Amino acid sequence: MSSGTLYDKVWDFHQVKELPGGSTQLFVGLHLIHEVTSPQAFAALNEKKLEVKFPNLTVATVDHIVPTSNQQRPFSDPLAEEMLATLEKNCKSNGIKFHGIGSNSQGVVHVMAPELGLTQPGMTVACGDSHTSTHGAFGAIAFGIGTSQVRDVLASQSLAMKKLKVRRIWVDGSLQKGVYAKDLILHIIRLLGVKGGVGFAYEFAGPAIENLSMEGRMTICNMAIEGGARCGYINPDETTFKYLKGKEYSPKGKEWDKAISWWKSLVSDSEARFDDEIQLDGSSIEPTVTWGITPGQGISIKEKIPNPEILPKNEQQIAKDACKYMDLEPDKPIEGTSIDVCFIGSCTNGRLSDLEEASKVVKDQKVATGIRAFVVPGSQKVAKEAKQKGLDKIFLKAGFEWREPGCSMCLAMNPDKLEGRQISASSSNRNFKGRQGSANGRTLLMSPAMVAAAAINGKVTDVRDFLQD
Amino acid sequence: MDFPKGEIKYISGRSFTIQGDDIDTDRIIPARFLKCVSFSALGEQVFADDREELKGNHPFDLDQNKGANILIVNDNFGCGSSREHAPQALMRWGIRLIVGESFAEIFFGNCLALGIPCLTASKEEITKLQKLVNENTSQIWNFNLKDLSISNQKESFKLKIEEGAYNMFYTGKWDATSQLLDENERINNTVKNLPYLNHFN
Ligand code: SF4
Repeated sequence: MSSGTLYDKVWDFHQVKELPGGSTQLFVGLHLIHEVTSPQAFAALNEKKLEVKFPNLTVATVDHIVPTSNQQRPFSDPLAEEMLATLEKNCKSNGIKFHGIGSNSQGVVHVMAPELGLTQPGMTVACGDSHTSTHGAFGAIAFGIGTSQVRDVLASQSLAMKKLKVRRIWVDGSLQKGVYAKDLILHIIRLLGVKGGVGFAYEFAGPAIENLSMEGRMTICNMAIEGGARCGYINPDETTFKYLKGKEYSPKGKEWDKAISWWKSLVSDSEARFDDEIQLDGSSIEPTVTWGITPGQGISIKEKIPNPEILPKNEQQIAKDACKYMDLEPDKPIEGTSIDVCFIGSCTNGRLSDLEEASKVVKDQKVATGIRAFVVPGSQKVAKEAKQKGLDKIFLKAGFEWREPGCSMCLAMNPDKLEGRQISASSSNRNFKGRQGSANGRTLLMSPAMVAAAAINGKVTDVRDFLQD
Repeated sequence: MDFPKGEIKYISGRSFTIQGDDIDTDRIIPARFLKCVSFSALGEQVFADDREELKGNHPFDLDQNKGANILIVNDNFGCGSSREHAPQALMRWGIRLIVGESFAEIFFGNCLALGIPCLTASKEEITKLQKLVNENTSQIWNFNLKDLSISNQKESFKLKIEEGAYNMFYTGKWDATSQLLDENERINNTVKNLPYLNHFN
């Protein structure tokens, strides 16, 4: 059993009660809600005649269903409009703060909450969305929950949960030029498998992790869930504090100093005990691309699509399915695979630095003929700051579309969808069958800079070719 | 249709299989069906894209599986998105018990909150069980929580479930809300001791 880790310390602070049978009633310090997984929870609450216990600890935004071309109300899709209207009504009648369209603070929930300073070290963060693990980048315990648990958190600000084991993933070295947090996490998921993390919280540590910006750290923790780990976290340090300083909801004045000393006390002890430890070398990682239908099916840009016959037995079937579905031939290089659509955005890679890195590749270039490429900033704030830096112009000039913030083609609940057998280069987090809105559409996951390079060449490309000098 | 309630100690009925590892919740219920403010229509839409592709030959469409309530799956079932729409869709179609090699964590928890036990057995056992189930889809299978077993007339398979979930199904306390609400005073104490809710004092 782990001890002395940040996970243990934060867990202890939030433990309400040990429940019979080994689970714990855990207090939730920050509850984030959005339009997809909350309406049924509010309905259940009303049915049981229960009230929201701590309305000030729940914060709402709208992201999944918002159109990214025209955000005029009412939305042209009546179902989307109904979902948003329901969320507005529920927030209003329960006294919950809502960051809606046109509020300057709306965005993908895992992008907007950190940039407002809502997410802080030492918190427990829950949201009806599996990528809640993102918030672990701040040294919080953050995890996704289902709608019944959203109801429980609304009613009691707590939920029943089993304590996880803790695996430390130590990354030595530093990432090469053209290799980003996205490549690192795709590489880790490839190594440990999509269910390697089931039952674990992942602590990401080591020089390569410490060197990452907060945005890079969020990319890493965001995809912990794709490796099966319900939460991933990184110990808070000066990078964390610098990011938080002055944010709207960050502690101010005297409280700031006290906050820092509490946050520092939560960092995993040097003699902390982990249930499992893994070490890898960050400097040997190359730009990584998925070729299959799970985020674990990734290879470096210089590798060939694996031949299912020579994979470990338990990976053969899914690899065969993947080759068939993706229509990719084993033993052929992934580099050079033609693509149709390029998507830069999502809670994994829709932040300012993601757009900046991609814009460096795009600058003074043109999107290849026949390719549909678009950028969807993760939030209103990202959009605004990107525009101030002139990034929108760079993308537009190159032939990208520049959209309004939202989840967009990450899961295609809004009008942005793949069509038919189209294949996309995408900076999002899931390449499941049908994920991007077409039942037989195909997705290749990669870093935003790699997506940009793919857009310019019309095929999967090593971004390092664009970054020489 | 009656949904699960109270103690869940026995489940019996016909069974069928969904084969394959890493079946994610996007496949169980594609995202376009999440556009709803109520779960009520989801039963019809379970595995919509896979069913469309198989044009009536998907296990959820076959006549012989109508009315079955036990699903046998493989490894890492329910991975991906946390959407409770996935277990809701299975439940509203009629599924009351899922047996497999392993389950993704959030999916397992979501099923628990709905009163649908997810039990596991080894790969070998599941393969054998799936074969038996597929040989004769009209046979009745009996699940017994106390014995942790599922059996037909001839064969019995040992199953596993973590202790916490076992107790919750056994005592009928899988619907956690009331239990959590009982602890009002302790919740308030936790709040008092959290630095970030008390100006870091
Ligand atoms: S961007 Fe994608 S993964 Fe992130 S919250 Fe939206 S739909 Fe989910």
